[in-house]
Amino acid sequence: MNLDIVTYAIPFLLVGAKTTLLIALFGIVLGFPFGIVVGLGRGSKNRVLRNICDSYCAIFRGTPMLVQIFIIYYGLAQVSFIRHNPVLWWLIGEGLNAAILAVVLNTGAYTAEIFRTAFLSLPKGLIEAAEACGMSPWHVFTRVKFPLALRQALPAYSSEAAIVVKESSLASTITVLEITGYAKRLMSETFAIMDIFIITAALYLAMNVVALTALKLLERRLSFVR
Amino acid sequence: MLAEFWILMVERGWALALLRGSAVTIAIGLLGMFLGFVVATPLAVLRWQKVAVVSQLVDSYSIVVRGVPGLLVIYLLFFGSVDMVKTVATAFGYQDSVDNAYPYIVGVIAIAAISCAYSIEVIRGALQAVPYGLLEAAKSLALPTGITFSRITFPLALRLALGGINNVWQMTIKDTSLISVIGLQELMRTAAIGAGITRSPFIFYCIAAALFFGMTAVSQTLFSRAERALNRGFGAR
Repeated sequence: MNLDIVTYAIPFLLVGAKTTLLIALFGIVLGFPFGIVVGLGRGSKNRVLRNICDSYCAIFRGTPMLVQIFIIYYGLAQVSFIRHNPVLWWLIGEGLNAAILAVVLNTGAYTAEIFRTAFLSLPKGLIEAAEACGMSPWHVFTRVKFPLALRQALPAYSSEAAIVVKESSLASTITVLEITGYAKRLMSETFAIMDIFIITAALYLAMNVVALTALKLLERRLSFVR
Repeated sequence: MLAEFWILMVERGWALALLRGSAVTIAIGLLGMFLGFVVATPLAVLRWQKVAVVSQLVDSYSIVVRGVPGLLVIYLLFFGSVDMVKTVATAFGYQDSVDNAYPYIVGVIAIAAISCAYSIEVIRGALQAVPYGLLEAAKSLALPTGITFSRITFPLALRLALGGINNVWQMTIKDTSLISVIGLQELMRTAAIGAGITRSPFIFYCIAAALFFGMTAVSQTLFSRAERALNRGFGAR
């Protein structure tokens, strides 16, 4: 490894890491509750709502994230209604905002799938017991259904969180310079392909390890058996 | 609106170009998946048998590739090999043919490298899930190790692995879209070119999304059918 190139590359990649973290953090913080809401919608008794949520999930899980990010950034910018609406234009027009929107919508669909199965797997007896105690539907949800479903869903969600970190790399295709974007630039600039790859991979692995460890700790805290 | 769409797709021939792009996407996806699976199977067996050193190497390969974005793997393979291939090709006078075929080769290798890492985990998990009693029964019948593996362990593991293979395939076909960044003319790249020339990205990317959706939907039904066929006789699941 060439030390000059490493010292030259690391500051750039750290700047990129900040953007990656920003996108991933927004993706998890916004995508998690959004996914839960959609997951609940897929289990609702209202047929229209259920169909809307089902097709949203099918579409976003069935197409590549790259297509989604291109439709949001390049495609929607063509619609004049969106161009003339300041709020929507702020959301779509800026590369970073469009990337965050795409990540949130994408991870929302996968999170919804995880939580739908988690809500389906809840034992019926517990919910009936809660209802027999006279709990309101809201209380049944916040005190019984949600805590149990969260425990069910966490292991699957932790791999989804790692996927969010990786998917944020697609922001580099719409001019947002995050880790992968800088890595590409540095690779074609310095030709030290392997060196740059090793540093970049180490950064991604570090982020994933931190995210996975945090979720594992949460999982252990929430589990019944300590 | 509809007339405009007709002119764009049929008279200017974009529909054909997009379909050709889809064919390339499917070909690259299948080839990459197949190569990845063929390489992953022996690696997974080594990992399953816990062969010292090799097992750790396989593990670290799979962890690195699964922990890093696919885009980065593609950049590594593309930039990492472009120089070497150029010098070799120029030395032998195959400059032109290599320039044309190069993105395809790198594309297939990149897709194979990514799907291989995921396949290793799937196959290893399936091998571990084969009931131990069956292997003991094979041992008590004095079957040689090779026969035990090819007649009992592997077929049973394949059935258990099908769900995971389905996931890997769905991911692989979606990952092929990433190859467009190195200039391979598959579906995504064709859509991007069409979007640039006609200045209507919305239509083109939506069509690309619809085509990808069609591919994943069709393969999903095929896999569910295969799963039902393989689970025949194993009781309702």
